[in-house]
Amino acid sequence: MARQVMEEIKKEVGENSVLIYMKGTREMPQCGFSAAAIEVLSSYGVPFKDVNVLVDQEKWAAVKVFSQWPTIPQVYIGGKFVGGCDILREMHAKGEIAPLIQSAMPDKR
Amino acid sequence: MIDPEQIRDRILGALPGAAVEVRDMTGTADHYEVRVVAKAFEGCSAVERHRMVYSAVQDVIGGALHALSMKTLAPGE
Repeated sequence: MARQVMEEIKKEVGENSVLIYMKGTREMPQCGFSAAAIEVLSSYGVPFKDVNVLVDQEKWAAVKVFSQWPTIPQVYIGGKFVGGCDILREMHAKGEIAPLIQSAMPDKR
Repeated sequence: MIDPEQIRDRILGALPGAAVEVRDMTGTADHYEVRVVAKAFEGCSAVERHRMVYSAVQDVIGGALHALSMKTLAPGE
């Protein structure tokens, strides 16, 4: 059976309060923009899921279409697309990420 | 690799009248930073603004243009 990669992405987005599609892993980012995004997300001390698109070419292509966003990293909080590294950093600096994370955490609803 | 002028021209083509500054982040002509001030951004979210810029460079992003960091502002912001 053909792989339903769009469905996989939809599931990941729905099941993870904080999710990042990135190049590399949180322990070893392979791109400066992914590293910067991980730094921001890590600062909140909440669990998040990292998906390494470098080891999954099919998902890499699909997530660009899914998010209508041509670059990696891509961050989802509470099932909503937040943006890439620039937007994440800007929102972080303005204090706009904490409330998003707070309302996305299952135990804080 | 792509010239900064080609990036500026594409963005100006999509957002006529915008103020566009392009900077090569790495000296390798494939990682660029742009600052775009455009009236078209008024009332748009950051995601919408970035999508507008990305669509202007969609033929080169991921290819000759590896990464585009951007600051998107409406006039007066």
